[in-house]
Amino acid sequence: MAAAAKAGEATLRHAFGNVLSFFILLLIGVLAFSIRLFSVIKYESVIHEFDPYFNYRVTQFLTKNGIYDFWNWFDDRTWYPLGRVIGGTVYPGLTLTAGTIWWLLNSLNIPLSVETVCVFTAPIFSAFASWATYLLTKEVKGAGAGLTAAALLAMVPSYISRSVAGSYDNEAVAIFALIITFYLYIKTLNTGSLFYATLNAIAYFYMVCSWGGYTFIINLIPMHVLLCIVTGRYSSRLYIAYAPLVVLGTLLAALVPVVGFNAVMTSEHFASFLVFIILHVVALVYYIKGILSPKMFKVAVTLVVSVGLVVCCAVIAILVALVASSPTKGWSGRSLSLLDPTYASKYIPIIASVSEHQPPTWPSYFMDINVLAFLVPAGIIACFLPLSDASSFVVLYIVTSVYFSGVMVRLMLVFAPAACIMSGIALSQAFDVFTRSIKFQLLRILGFSEADAGDGSSANVVPENDAVKVDKSEETIKERPSRKNKKKEKEQMEKAQAEKTSAKSKTEKRLLVLPMELSVIGLLLLVFMGAFYVVHCVWAAAEAYSAPSIVLTSYTHEGLHVFDDFREAYAWLRHNTEVDDKVASWWDYGYQTTAMANRTVIVDNNTWNNTHIATVGTAMSSPEKAAWEIFNSLDVKYVLVVFGGLVGYPSDDINKFLWMVRIGGGVFPHIKEPDYLRDGQYRIDSQATPTMLNCLMYKLSYYRFVETDGKGFDRVRRTEIGKKYFKLTHFEEVFTTHHWMVRIYKLKPSKNRIRGKMKKSKSRTSTPSSKRSGSRKKNPWQ
Amino acid sequence: MARSTGKDAQALFHSLRSAYAATPTTLKIIDLYVGFAVFTALIQVVYMAIVGSFPFNSFLSGVLSCVGTAVLAVCLRIQVNKDNKEFKDLPPERAFADFVLCNLVLHLVIMNFLG
Repeated sequence: MAAAAKAGEATLRHAFGNVLSFFILLLIGVLAFSIRLFSVIKYESVIHEFDPYFNYRVTQFLTKNGIYDFWNWFDDRTWYPLGRVIGGTVYPGLTLTAGTIWWLLNSLNIPLSVETVCVFTAPIFSAFASWATYLLTKEVKGAGAGLTAAALLAMVPSYISRSVAGSYDNEAVAIFALIITFYLYIKTLNTGSLFYATLNAIAYFYMVCSWGGYTFIINLIPMHVLLCIVTGRYSSRLYIAYAPLVVLGTLLAALVPVVGFNAVMTSEHFASFLVFIILHVVALVYYIKGILSPKMFKVAVTLVVSVGLVVCCAVIAILVALVASSPTKGWSGRSLSLLDPTYASKYIPIIASVSEHQPPTWPSYFMDINVLAFLVPAGIIACFLPLSDASSFVVLYIVTSVYFSGVMVRLMLVFAPAACIMSGIALSQAFDVFTRSIKFQLLRILGFSEADAGDGSSANVVPENDAVKVDKSEETIKERPSRKNKKKEKEQMEKAQAEKTSAKSKTEKRLLVLPMELSVIGLLLLVFMGAFYVVHCVWAAAEAYSAPSIVLTSYTHEGLHVFDDFREAYAWLRHNTEVDDKVASWWDYGYQTTAMANRTVIVDNNTWNNTHIATVGTAMSSPEKAAWEIFNSLDVKYVLVVFGGLVGYPSDDINKFLWMVRIGGGVFPHIKEPDYLRDGQYRIDSQATPTMLNCLMYKLSYYRFVETDGKGFDRVRRTEIGKKYFKLTHFEEVFTTHHWMVRIYKLKPSKNRIRGKMKKSKSRTSTPSSKRSGSRKKNPWQ
Repeated sequence: MARSTGKDAQALFHSLRSAYAATPTTLKIIDLYVGFAVFTALIQVVYMAIVGSFPFNSFLSGVLSCVGTAVLAVCLRIQVNKDNKEFKDLPPERAFADFVLCNLVLHLVIMNFLG
């Protein structure tokens, strides 16, 4: 009777727990979605930044022309005169996803514009990502940890920075794909079901479609398999989880045009094949070991080892030869810069010039993952206490992603989910121990027998950990106290390691029960820390990461200022220039120009052709005449520069100018970086070098600048400009936006030969005179 | 020394054969299937080495189809093997259904990739 009642109570509790976690998950999804809407509320529903504009344009094309035209799309409005095969060079996951959503909504008679769908794709997928995190962490450490991790991921600033509404970029869906792939891998590993293995391969396919970061998966999973084999954890579930994934995953990856044969030809993928072979050898060994007697097995080993060594050497030699014969040893530049952080800055300025490819600073860790940084070590320890296949995978994941995030700021994004999972585990185990010891103490105070209390608590735990194997639950209970200790100590001034271990063993003896006061304080501290995290995340979402960067705002004592210069300039281009006019600008603005102004550009953010970019860089760093010739040969009609000197917008072209010089100089050696630096310092004031003061970028940026305030004070560089009065001979200013942030110049047509000669001689005399007048006028002011 | 290793090898083969003879017929059929798939893959690789790999996607899909079939069959064999304690509660029908599904996906992909 009593047993039946207890069982009924347990199932009731179980059902109640399920309903509760369902609603919690629902709320987490709502939270993940709504915390990313600050950008829409504070600004408007627009696409952000640079790359999203390209994705938006591709999505528009997809919805208008259909999927087959999309695969065959040759875009002649960019990289003029080369063009770009968009269908074969783009990761199609994001656009296909948004296109499908749009199509689905339209067929349901919900007429949303493509832009709206694109803006809200990222928040929707971040809700999916937090649910995937729940599933993954649940596989590793049970439902409690899963819910905590999902809540943490829903608002981790690092992920918010890439997935606010409007940030329509590959990472928006890729993080979801990454987590769901890992979840399905772990799930297959835990269940050994071919069904999940198939799903895993399909999730991996979605990841390959979405982001170049899929190489992280296809290297991390083999690493984990290898780790399992080396530590003697081989099981047939491991074989089922890995072998079908390699075959199916390789085939599926080869289906994506941008990857194609790279899936078998580049060494990013070789690790998976090598491990595939090793796994088969190991599987065979285990099988033979199973059917032979130990004595015969020893004989077999000695025989096979001698033969096998020879074969192994041959295979390795072939592999090495294959790798060595492929160019750049089969590694792409971006991957090489991951392995050797100094590689990019040494050889590929174009990769190094992108700020998100720089190594992060310490504050950015605190900014992006906040308190998670302190919880992660605790989570790692928690994972080790009963080391299962799943938890070893998570540990491996966090270790590798910490390294990668240290190499490139951008990969902080891969690190964030791992940090959330670890912190989720740490937090939930800490809460577990605190609440359990409070419960024990309460029961003891109330005079209940300890056995009853023990039953109650274990019943509490088991329904939560339905995924965790039953035989492990005893161990988990034991490890919790130590876990707890660690947590508490971290909060309380981080005591020495030695103390920790001694305290750990002590509490283990005391059956994980902590004193009442201690656990209450610990609980309060944990809640306090969680509250701090939430406050920080909301602040980051609202203030730091919501700016669309095409519309800027600033607060002064006079009130709110809105700088909408970019759209003003692009609209001008759209309405006042011919459809086929070519616009030259630094590559940062290429995607926006094609998407918003619908004009052909010379280079854009795709950066696939270094020489072409170097040509534009050279033109920008050449004197006017040479620049005019370069641009004219490229059929350019308009030149667009971004200038922040008037309003203090720091990421303008003058600040990026050194990269133009470097990239240009990398291909055209007559551009030398030292010519633009005075004693190794980059300056634009009167101390600047003559090369600097005469280059096109300087002239286009500061033309007529002195007319604004009479002194030519640059608010970004906080100095007066060096050369204030000059005329342009080969360019004419056609448009400057309200706050001077974008200036558009037109190339003057070449003159008739005779007049041109006269002009030339005239301009020759006029240029020095203007210089002279400039210097003459400069002196009295100084 | 050589004689002793030879003897060992002989003994090894004997025990291997006797151990293998004890496996159920269904498993033996699966083994045959795996062997056949691997053999087909080998033929294709040899053909590629002699003739060249020109329609590379055809070669790739041919070989990977065979390798994939073999791998999936091995997975099936692991799951339906009665000696394997890990999959005691997995009915063979379920294992076979999973196997068919996985094969379906594999060969859909291959048909797509064949070019």
